[in-house]
Amino acid sequence: MERHVLVVLPHPDDETFGCGGTIALFARSGVPVTYVCGTLGEMGRNMGKPFFATRESLPHVREAELAEACEVLGIKQLIKLGLRDKTIEFEDPERVADRLEQIMREIRPSLVITHYPGYAVHPDHNAFGAITMRAVARLAQNERPKVWAHGFANLAQADLGPQDIVNDISEVAEIKLAAVRAHGSQSQVMIFRGGGNQNAMPEDLVNRFLKRESFWTYRF
Amino acid sequence: MGPIDKSAVQAALDRFLNREVYLHLETTNGAYAVHFHESKMTVGAYIRNGRISFSRGLIAGDGPYRVGLKLELGWVYAEGLTDFEVDKEDRLLLAGHDEMGRLAVALELSASPFEI
Repeated sequence: MERHVLVVLPHPDDETFGCGGTIALFARSGVPVTYVCGTLGEMGRNMGKPFFATRESLPHVREAELAEACEVLGIKQLIKLGLRDKTIEFEDPERVADRLEQIMREIRPSLVITHYPGYAVHPDHNAFGAITMRAVARLAQNERPKVWAHGFANLAQADLGPQDIVNDISEVAEIKLAAVRAHGSQSQVMIFRGGGNQNAMPEDLVNRFLKRESFWTYRF
Repeated sequence: MGPIDKSAVQAALDRFLNREVYLHLETTNGAYAVHFHESKMTVGAYIRNGRISFSRGLIAGDGPYRVGLKLELGWVYAEGLTDFEVDKEDRLLLAGHDEMGRLAVALELSASPFEI
């Protein structure tokens, strides 16, 4: 049983696609979940299908979608860090780590979920994951939370071996699907592919997104 | 935002002539272009709140459209523009969307800085 789970990811929807089922399982069993979301995904190119957002309205649209997804998944506390999409790797990592360290010292999570640096494809994922590891590493060994790292680069398994944490999320698949649907500006293109029935996910994606979620335990 | 009306866009460009304005310009093929094998390269660039002044600004083409802004010392150029909006803050938003409705290019002008 975890005491408190802290999720640290850069974009609204990362929490849903990568670990929405895992979050829902924790929330359902009464574990408080806090989400630190780095940016508002201001520079995403998906605008809904048919598109309904513009470059200027997208951050507001995604902020509302995020609020709904958090509600659906059972995330009790949402902290928006106010960084800007695509720029995290250019920030001073020490300063960003300061903020994460402060949050961790307040919340004292027993588990942190973030991206695996170098294996998470998007530069923001890799940079924010690395900053999170830097912040965790600052804590004394006896107060350090476990870290589950999410990665989906093509070479991740070849380099790191199979994930050691595999969560069966089939019991909360409907909850995850509802959160995916909440992120409509992104999921209408990426998941439902603009195809009419947004209650149903294409079969190949059901297998990828709604059955299990896997992580590597990150070693310091 | 809806399909470009060339004369409406031209009228909007004219309102920004010969004054200091803020520019958002970008192009992208998506952060996952290589990962999803849509392209051999992930390519993108953006400038947000570039401060410019242009003495000529024209929209050209029959759709998708091109826009060129002539600066004292250079040019701003975008092609592949399909949709536009003049929003309630009187900003001119131009974008090019692909067949999936994904933004591939954007050119926006505003009298005051864009949110960051």
